[in-house]
Amino acid sequence: MSETIVSEKNKTSTEHTKAHAIDLSALDRQVQSLNIEQEALALRVEDLNLFYSEKQALFNIGLDIPRQRVTAFIGPSGCGKSTLLRCFNRMNDLVDGCRIEGKIALDETNIYDKKVEVAELRRRIGMVFQKPNPFPKSIYENVAYGLRIQGISKKRILDDTVEWALKGAALWEEVKDRLYENALGLSGGQQQRLVIARTIAVEPEVLLLDEPASALDPISTLKIEELIYELKSKYTIVIVTHNMQQAARVSDYTAFMYMGEMVEFGDTDTLFTNPNKKATEDYITGRYG
Amino acid sequence: MAINKDTYSHHISQQFNDELEDVKSRMLEMGGQAERQLDDAIHALIEANSELAGQVCEKDRQVNRMEVDIDEECTRILARRQPAASDLRLVMAISKAITDLERVGDESKRIAKLAIQLSENGAAPKGYLEVRHISEKVRQMLHMALDAFARFDVTIALEVARADKDVDLEYATSMRELITYMMEDPRSISRVMHVIWALRSLERVGDHARNIAEQVIYLVKGTDVRHISYEQMAAQAQSE
Repeated sequence: MSETIVSEKNKTSTEHTKAHAIDLSALDRQVQSLNIEQEALALRVEDLNLFYSEKQALFNIGLDIPRQRVTAFIGPSGCGKSTLLRCFNRMNDLVDGCRIEGKIALDETNIYDKKVEVAELRRRIGMVFQKPNPFPKSIYENVAYGLRIQGISKKRILDDTVEWALKGAALWEEVKDRLYENALGLSGGQQQRLVIARTIAVEPEVLLLDEPASALDPISTLKIEELIYELKSKYTIVIVTHNMQQAARVSDYTAFMYMGEMVEFGDTDTLFTNPNKKATEDYITGRYG
Repeated sequence: MAINKDTYSHHISQQFNDELEDVKSRMLEMGGQAERQLDDAIHALIEANSELAGQVCEKDRQVNRMEVDIDEECTRILARRQPAASDLRLVMAISKAITDLERVGDESKRIAKLAIQLSENGAAPKGYLEVRHISEKVRQMLHMALDAFARFDVTIALEVARADKDVDLEYATSMRELITYMMEDPRSISRVMHVIWALRSLERVGDHARNIAEQVIYLVKGTDVRHISYEQMAAQAQSE
């Protein structure tokens, strides 16, 4: 009898040690930080130079945007972060006198190649701007718009997509009973989520967010940030933000830009606790250089 | 990116500069207080001065109070300023270093209590030489650790870590000697044990000094050097 007890005891103690060992290895995995070299790539920027007429706005930018991660661009006003973001879906094509050298590859294709159809590119790489810009139409029509442009008119498909996109943008519960009301009646935060729903309705691969929460109150901001967190399981997200805490909260990787140059790019944890470059350190800690 | 002690005075917000400067100088002040406590406790033990020992026990509250105040200040800075990079590391390092300083205070109090008991029961027949020797080293370590913190000096911090190895070794040697002594003269056991406990406390103070030195390396270099060997620590601290 006593022997059994002893062996039972031994058993539990080994089991206990085992369980402990398992815990530790799990901990090791958690501690492992992100490594850009092990990521699948969504976009690759190579030697990108951009000129607005004579003035050069981006200098030799090179960086890899990892797939299904959130990459944030931070930097002072006029450093070129929005300009760079707009390069990803060729928004700068609309700017007079804008000239671009270099390459941005999406699945091995240079998006600035003559063969690339801009409309199709913008479907694959969607963009949300600082100020919510819903169309002066119903909530439903706002989300269905992109699909209608693609020639989809079957009501069932449209209904399903609108519901799915609104749910994806965490807006469905708030608007499901008033889908046919004018979108301009929504609050700023709701409008911004509606715009995100409109963008994801066409199932893009990459979402570009240009200061998506800077015009919103803190609670709406948190909702957008939560949404970003949920969306990254499906989409690659690139966000430009003036709010460094926001970049620290939502992003996996952060790029610090200054005067048109990419100063430092790395995983967010490292960049915010121990940056490599003095310029980065000065900027994120609020010092004058 | 490695930083230096002037890094903290260049924020755009002068108020933030002041806050960081203030919390750092309060931490160093607390360090000074802990050093005095340790000095007094050691003197009380060696000189069998129960009055001084009583004062050490009394003043431990001050050190505790300082820990709470500084910690509160650190929390306030974290909440209001959301510091990043070296600022964040400074606040974290201070917050951890004060825990070690508070423990130094506790160990001093423990030594002081042993001093009171020894002064009441008669001095131990052996061990004072060892106490003198180790305490001198440990006091120096604590002083150097605080100095390293004040100057953001990785080299001094590394010296502290190296000295800790020596102290550990000397502690083990003294222990062997005292155990041998007690085996030869069992009547001395209870008194010699008091000295052993005091040595144990001193050895712990050395560990706390080392912890503070590790925080200095973290603060300056941004690399976590806890729980690794001295050689690994030196390699990481000296890398660019």
